[in-house]
Amino acid sequence: RHDDLKEMLDSNKDSLKLEAMKRIVAMIARGKNASDLFPAVVKNVACKNIEVKKLVYVYLVRYAEEQQDLALLSISTFQRGLKDPNQLIRASALRVLSSIRVPIIVPIMMLAIKEAASDMSPYVRKTAAHAIPKLYSLDSDQKDQLIEVIEKLLADKTTLVAGSVVMAFEEVCPERIDLIHKNYRKLCNLLIDVEEWGQVVIINMLTRYARTQFLSPNQNESLLEETAEKAFYGSEEEDAKDAKAEATSLAKRKPYIMDPDHRLLLRNTKPLLQSRNAAVVMAVAQLYFHLAPKAEVGVIAKALVRLLRSHSEVQYVVLQNVATMSIKRRGMFEPYLKSFYIRSTDPTQIKILKLEVLTNLANETNISTILREFQTYIRSMDKDFVAGPPPHHRGCATNIGKVRDTCLNGLVQLLSNRDELVVAESVVVIKKLLQMQPAQHSEIIKHMAKLTDNIQVPMARASILWLIGEYCEHVPKIAPDVLRKMAKSFTNEEDIVKLQVINLAAKLYLTNSKQSKLLTQYVLNLAKYDQNYDIRDRARFIRQLIVPTEKSGALNKYAKKLFLAQKPAPILESSFKDRDHFQLGSLSHLLNTKAVGYQELPDWPDEAPDPSVRNVEVPEWTKCTSREKRKEKVEKPFYSDSEGESGPTESADS
Amino acid sequence: MIHSLFLINASGDIFLEKHWKSVVSRSVCDYFFEAQERASEAENVPPVIPTPHHYLLSVYRHKIFFVAVIQSEVPPLFVIEFLHRVVDTFQDYFGSTNVGDQLPTGQLSVVPWRRTGVKYTNNEAYFDVIEEIDAIIDKSGSTITAEIQGVIDACVKLTGMPDLTLSFMNPRLLDDVSFHPCVRFKRWESERILSFIPPDGNFRLLSYHVSAQNLVAIPVYVKHNISFRDSSSLGRFEITVGPKQTMGKTVEGVMVTSQMPKGVLNMTLTPSQGTHIFDPVTKLLSWDVGKINPQKLPSLKGNVSLQAGTSKPDENPTINLQFKIQQLAISGLKVNRLDMYGEKYKPFKGIKYMTKAGKFQVRT
Repeated sequence: RHDDLKEMLDSNKDSLKLEAMKRIVAMIARGKNASDLFPAVVKNVACKNIEVKKLVYVYLVRYAEEQQDLALLSISTFQRGLKDPNQLIRASALRVLSSIRVPIIVPIMMLAIKEAASDMSPYVRKTAAHAIPKLYSLDSDQKDQLIEVIEKLLADKTTLVAGSVVMAFEEVCPERIDLIHKNYRKLCNLLIDVEEWGQVVIINMLTRYARTQFLSPNQNESLLEETAEKAFYGSEEEDAKDAKAEATSLAKRKPYIMDPDHRLLLRNTKPLLQSRNAAVVMAVAQLYFHLAPKAEVGVIAKALVRLLRSHSEVQYVVLQNVATMSIKRRGMFEPYLKSFYIRSTDPTQIKILKLEVLTNLANETNISTILREFQTYIRSMDKDFVAGPPPHHRGCATNIGKVRDTCLNGLVQLLSNRDELVVAESVVVIKKLLQMQPAQHSEIIKHMAKLTDNIQVPMARASILWLIGEYCEHVPKIAPDVLRKMAKSFTNEEDIVKLQVINLAAKLYLTNSKQSKLLTQYVLNLAKYDQNYDIRDRARFIRQLIVPTEKSGALNKYAKKLFLAQKPAPILESSFKDRDHFQLGSLSHLLNTKAVGYQELPDWPDEAPDPSVRNVEVPEWTKCTSREKRKEKVEKPFYSDSEGESGPTESADS
Repeated sequence: MIHSLFLINASGDIFLEKHWKSVVSRSVCDYFFEAQERASEAENVPPVIPTPHHYLLSVYRHKIFFVAVIQSEVPPLFVIEFLHRVVDTFQDYFGSTNVGDQLPTGQLSVVPWRRTGVKYTNNEAYFDVIEEIDAIIDKSGSTITAEIQGVIDACVKLTGMPDLTLSFMNPRLLDDVSFHPCVRFKRWESERILSFIPPDGNFRLLSYHVSAQNLVAIPVYVKHNISFRDSSSLGRFEITVGPKQTMGKTVEGVMVTSQMPKGVLNMTLTPSQGTHIFDPVTKLLSWDVGKINPQKLPSLKGNVSLQAGTSKPDENPTINLQFKIQQLAISGLKVNRLDMYGEKYKPFKGIKYMTKAGKFQVRT
């Protein structure tokens, strides 16, 4: 097998070797087994031809784990490569070395990483940073040594290294925020020049960092209100001593001033809202959401809405996050209401998410516009989606009590829709709405009672029966007739419908036994012989409860209370309500469950930790200053922003 | 981050795989196939699928699923955006040339998106301003919502390390922009000038959005007269397409599609130009119109019959439009000047404008 390839690899013609390697790598990419070629391939690891070499590396990285002894033969080649004068070759050797998953060479890898971390070429140092998590995943005992390298690389001044070392930091030692302090301001200032993927990683790390180092910018909202109230209600009869005590306590409550480092982070990330990379935009959005004063968070809405025009997978993720945000901070997205209108060409998932958002954004001013849009969607052809809108009518209804009637009317109109599914869903939702205000809606209940002739969907029939049973006192003339019809069709009904017929019968028996007694007994008798255990059991249970006999239990007296007690109205909530304890933009938030390796977003501290940890010595480069006379805590503004403010920075040369 | 990547084609074959750490068995894709089966269409496969030991994040492009295998928490957009970037790169790479000819020489430079030593005999820089208009028009012809999504794509074949500036006559139109990393953001903030060292070859310089607040011009209208009748008699279907605010430019490449209600049996229609098809299985009507001649507006007229026993549909179908208008940026955006610094030669420069329909829907 593969003899022809082995021959080509053994030949001394580079063109043959290259051809062979291309075919081999293609095999690997297709998932075919090429492991028996290992000895023939590894012989070519020192080939001078760069293209052959690269392909040999690809092969090695794939199969080294399976053929560890043979892989070791190639190590010396890489060790030589680490010392090559060409930076690209040094980096390439290190990359392959760190990708070979052979535990024996861990010490060699560690040495290589340490040396590369001091390399003159930023590109090699960057490769060293990439190698760190790879080594860590191979041998986690190396953590302490790796942290030393991370600490060194964190101090690197180039943008090229920054993103990669923070990535390593996050994978190896995310708890070591003490390593970030001295590098904080530099990272904030370099951020705009780091490549996109590095920006995402750094922003996410700094979000966590900031939550442990700064005070919440929104804490004083409640505090200010309290103070104002006290001043307003202060009694004139207070004697001077009391007043003085008040004043000193007010003075003690320092007005909130944002730490300049906190402001630096917010200011330097803002331009990145205009990155072409959706992940960068999302990272800034979640940073602002979790770190910025409420009044400043609005700026992210425009950027997020812009992402809705990207690929549908991007829309999917963005909409999930907007759904969560729009529950607590509705005002942010209101100006962009129309951006969430549904197109008939949107994928089903996107339609459903947009609906969720539209529901959350509904308020008294825009509710009629939104409802009109909903009416249009219902006419759409997408079956999976059509079941959606009525529940969102319901969502609207809870948000705005006054509009509940409008929603109800809209839903009742849907009852005459051609589509069964639509009608069924409407019934289910109306049931929930009516539970909130049954007295006013006997007309609707009557209307729905008439529908039992036409609606076949079991869930809908069951819901209507429940409604009639529950509010049979509002529709005393109709209820017994419905029971009569149901008794006729009982044996043909679905189980959930049968259960509701039994309930209806029970309730009618208790409130109107003159008309219902015989019907109820008929239904209960049918149920006694039903194939479904649940139904037989329920029938027996109910018969004992409601039909008084000499053997009746104590509960018979309470039958009415049991069946006709008022039930609490259902609480209709968005499924996104509970997600906000997950960090926005994370996988965990999307899945609404903690993903492996998820780090909780820390809570704001009660007291601000010492900000001076972020101060860095800046050496003076003037002629007259000798090395011993370096000033401490010199803060020279290096990047001044357009408003003329300057934050504390470290001089960063690039 | 991404542990492994699988590429799955339209026939469901895993035709390519790549592993960045230990090898993950293909069987992990079974969870993907399960999800695919549950979804009615490819677009409805969820992009994020949790499995017992992994998470599958995928994108769907060119009828291929690119499925990334993840083992721990990562921002989903990071992976999704990366996958799209991979696809874009493949597109650029395999689209035009033979792979072997164009291996990058890998010369590093100060600017990560442009290598050193670029040489051309003919130095040229072309910019395409391409705008897509999304709109929903209601049955009476008024605009419910309209917005413009624009991009400026560049093809830069310039020697050395040129430094370009691009300015607009009316930059205020660009109120929501996102940039290629090469654009110097501070200069845009202060002077509304795009200053950048361009990548070599094709790239997207920026994308922008113009919102409905600026009263987006609507380039076409559809006159419609659609009425269904019960299955015993024939209903009427008439639509006419005409130009509206086009600044006198020709509307071409016009394509009209509409999803008819399920109950429609057949349509007998006559177009005044172009060709049409009604698929009786999918109930999709499509009319390939071609160019709009303002003197003789294209129309499609005829009858529509319903299947026996079905009642009249509740609502009329939505009409989707595709079209293209050359030499027009519907927002009115206009480039002012393009200058080059840092090199001594005189390059050939060109700017082109085009408007096309994005999601353009007319309710009837």
